Amino acid sequence: MMPLKLSRDALLALVLIALVGLIYLRFPAFASPASLLGVFNDTSILIILALGQMTVVLTRCIDLSMASNLALTGMCTAMLNASMPSIPIPVLVLAALAIGALLGSINGLLVWKLDIPPIVVTLGTLTIFRGIIFLISDGQWVNAHEMSPAFKALPRAEFAGLPMLSWVAVTCVICLYLLLTRTPLGRAFYAVGGNPDAAVYTGINVGKNRFNAFVLSGALSGIAGYLWVSRYAVAYVDIAAGFELDVVAACVIGGISIAGGTGTVVGAVLGALFLGVIKNALPVVNISPFWQQAISGAAIIIAVVFNARSARRPGRIILKQAERT
Amino acid sequence: MKKTMKILSAAIVAGTMASSMVLTTAHADDMRIALVVKALGIGFFEAAAKGAEEAAAELGGVEIIYTGPTDTTAEGQIEVINSLIAQKVDAIAISANDQDALVPSLKKAMQRGITVISWDSGVAPEGRQMHLNPSSNPLIGNMIVKMAADHLPDGGDVAVLSASATATNQNIWIEEMNKVVGNYPGINVVSTVYGDDLSDKSYREAQGLMSSHADLKAIIAPTSVGIVAAAQAVSDAGKAGEILVTGLGLPSEMAAHVESGASKSFAIWNPIDLGYAATMISYNLAKGEAKAEAGGEIAMGRLGSVQLSDSLDGAMADPFVYDASNIDQFKEIF
Repeated sequence: MMPLKLSRDALLALVLIALVGLIYLRFPAFASPASLLGVFNDTSILIILALGQMTVVLTRCIDLSMASNLALTGMCTAMLNASMPSIPIPVLVLAALAIGALLGSINGLLVWKLDIPPIVVTLGTLTIFRGIIFLISDGQWVNAHEMSPAFKALPRAEFAGLPMLSWVAVTCVICLYLLLTRTPLGRAFYAVGGNPDAAVYTGINVGKNRFNAFVLSGALSGIAGYLWVSRYAVAYVDIAAGFELDVVAACVIGGISIAGGTGTVVGAVLGALFLGVIKNALPVVNISPFWQQAISGAAIIIAVVFNARSARRPGRIILKQAERT
Repeated sequence: MKKTMKILSAAIVAGTMASSMVLTTAHADDMRIALVVKALGIGFFEAAAKGAEEAAAELGGVEIIYTGPTDTTAEGQIEVINSLIAQKVDAIAISANDQDALVPSLKKAMQRGITVISWDSGVAPEGRQMHLNPSSNPLIGNMIVKMAADHLPDGGDVAVLSASATATNQNIWIEEMNKVVGNYPGINVVSTVYGDDLSDKSYREAQGLMSSHADLKAIIAPTSVGIVAAAQAVSDAGKAGEILVTGLGLPSEMAAHVESGASKSFAIWNPIDLGYAATMISYNLAKGEAKAEAGGEIAMGRLGSVQLSDSLDGAMADPFVYDASNIDQFKEIF
C-alpha cells in the first residue's frame, strides 16, 4: 500500500512541476523563486483549510461550513480588534482558534449525537454562520483604518525570508503530519473512515472521533479567519464566499478519497498548491475570464478521474494484507 | 396578530406625528420639505440631512422634516408618508425602500398637492414627479479615468480591475470610460481583469497586473471590493505611491489606503450634495419655479441644474472626489 500512495503523491508533484513549467513558457517571471514563494504565501490559507477538510473527509464526513466559519471568526476577531485595540494579537489569535473550534464543535455534536448526515449539518451551519455575521456586524464592514496596525502586520511580518502567513501554514502542515501519522488520534481518523464497523470492534468511538475531526477543522478555519481578514485588511459578510468548494476541490485533487480513510497530508498540500498555482497563474497568462472558470473546473474533474481509477485497487490490497497476517 | 399589528402601526404613526409635530411648531408658515430616508440612523442619510439643512438655510423660510422608518421597509415608509400627508407638508423627497410599493401612498400625496420627488433610490415614474440620480454612467466613466489622468501628467499605462465579467453596471462604466479615454493624452488602457468582487481573487488579479505590466502606473477599480483589494495588494508589494489605485469606493473603506498613499483619490456620490440637491429641487417644484417635464431643467443652487430625461429622471453631478483633504471628514459618515 505504501509504495502506491507515495507514487500517487509523487505523480501529483510531477504534474505540479509540469504545470509550473508550462506557465514558465508563457510567462517566465512566474517561475522565479520570489514569485513561487509568493504563490505559496497566497495559497497558505487554502492549505490550512485543506488540512482541516482532509481530517474530516478521512472520517467519511465533509465540512462545507469551513468558509463560513472562517468568515464568522474573521469578523469576530476584526470586531474585537476594532472595539478593543488594546487586546494583544496573540490573545486574538488564540480567541480565533477557540471561536473556530467552538463553531466546529457544533457541527461535530450534531453529527455525533443526533446522527445527522454531515453534508446536511454543514450545509445548514454554512448559512447559519453567514447569518450570524450579518447579525453581529449589522451588514457593516470592518475597514482597514479601524484595525490596529499590529493586527494587520502579523501575517506580513517576515521571518527568515518568509512572511508569517507562510510560516503558520508550514507549522500547521508539520503538526497535522505528526498528528495523523504518529498519534492514536490520527490513526483513529483513518480507522473510522476506512471501515467504521471494524473501528467499532477495535474499540474506537466513531462518533467521538468524527466530533474531534470537526473541532480540528473548525479550529483551523478559525485561525484562517484571522489570517484572511488581516491579510486583506477588511471584514464583511461575504468574505471567502464559495471558498469551501475550493477547499473540497484541493482535497479531491490531492487524492483524499471522499469515501474516507484514504489520503495524506502531502496530498492535501499538493492539491491546494495545484489550485493555488492555477489561481495565481491565470491572471498573468492573460486568459479570458470565462475560460478561467472552465480551466479550474476541468482540473478538478481530471483529478477525480484519477481518484476513481486508483480507488479500485485498495480492495484487493486489503485482502492481500489480510492473507499475510 | 392582525390587531396587534394595527395597534403597533397606529403607535408608530402617532410616534412619527408627535416627533414631527415638535419639529414643526417653530415656523407654521414656512415651506416644509420632508426628507424621507430608507431608515434613520444611517450615516449616509444623516449626511444627506445635513445637506438638506444647508439648502434650507440658503433658501430661507424652509423647514426640513428629516424622517424615515427605523428599519429599511416599505411598510415603515408608507406609515411615514401617510403621517406627512396628514401634516400637509409642501414637498416629499424620498429615497425609497421599494420601487413599487410606495406608489399608491405617494400618488395620494400628489393628489393632495404635495410635490413628490425621489432621490438616491427611485420610485416608479407614476409615483413621483421626478427622480434624482446621484450621477450618470457617462459621468462615472469619465471620472474614473480622469482621476488616474490627473495624477499622471506624463500619461502611462493603466489597467482596469472590475467585478465579474458579467456585471452590467461595471461593463457600462468601463465602456463609457473607453469612449472618453482619448481625451486624456498619454493614458493607455492596457488590460481589463475581473476580481469577481472577491477579496482574494481581486488581490491576485491586482498582483497579476503588477507583474505582467512592468510600466503600470495606475489601477482603476470601479467596485468597492476591488478597489480595497487592489490598494492592499499595491501596499503589500511596496509600490504605494508608484502605482496609483483609483476608482469607486466608500470613504470609510478607503481611509487607511489613502493614508498609506496607495490611493490618492477615488470617487463616489457625496451624500451632503445629494440631500442639498433634493431639497433645492423640491423647493423649486413646490414654489412653481420649475416644472418636472421631459427635457426640462431644474435649478439646484450651488450645483447648477439638472436636466430631465424622457422618463423624468436626471443626474445630479460628477461623482464626488475624495482624497487626503476630505477623507477624515467623510470616513465617519459612510
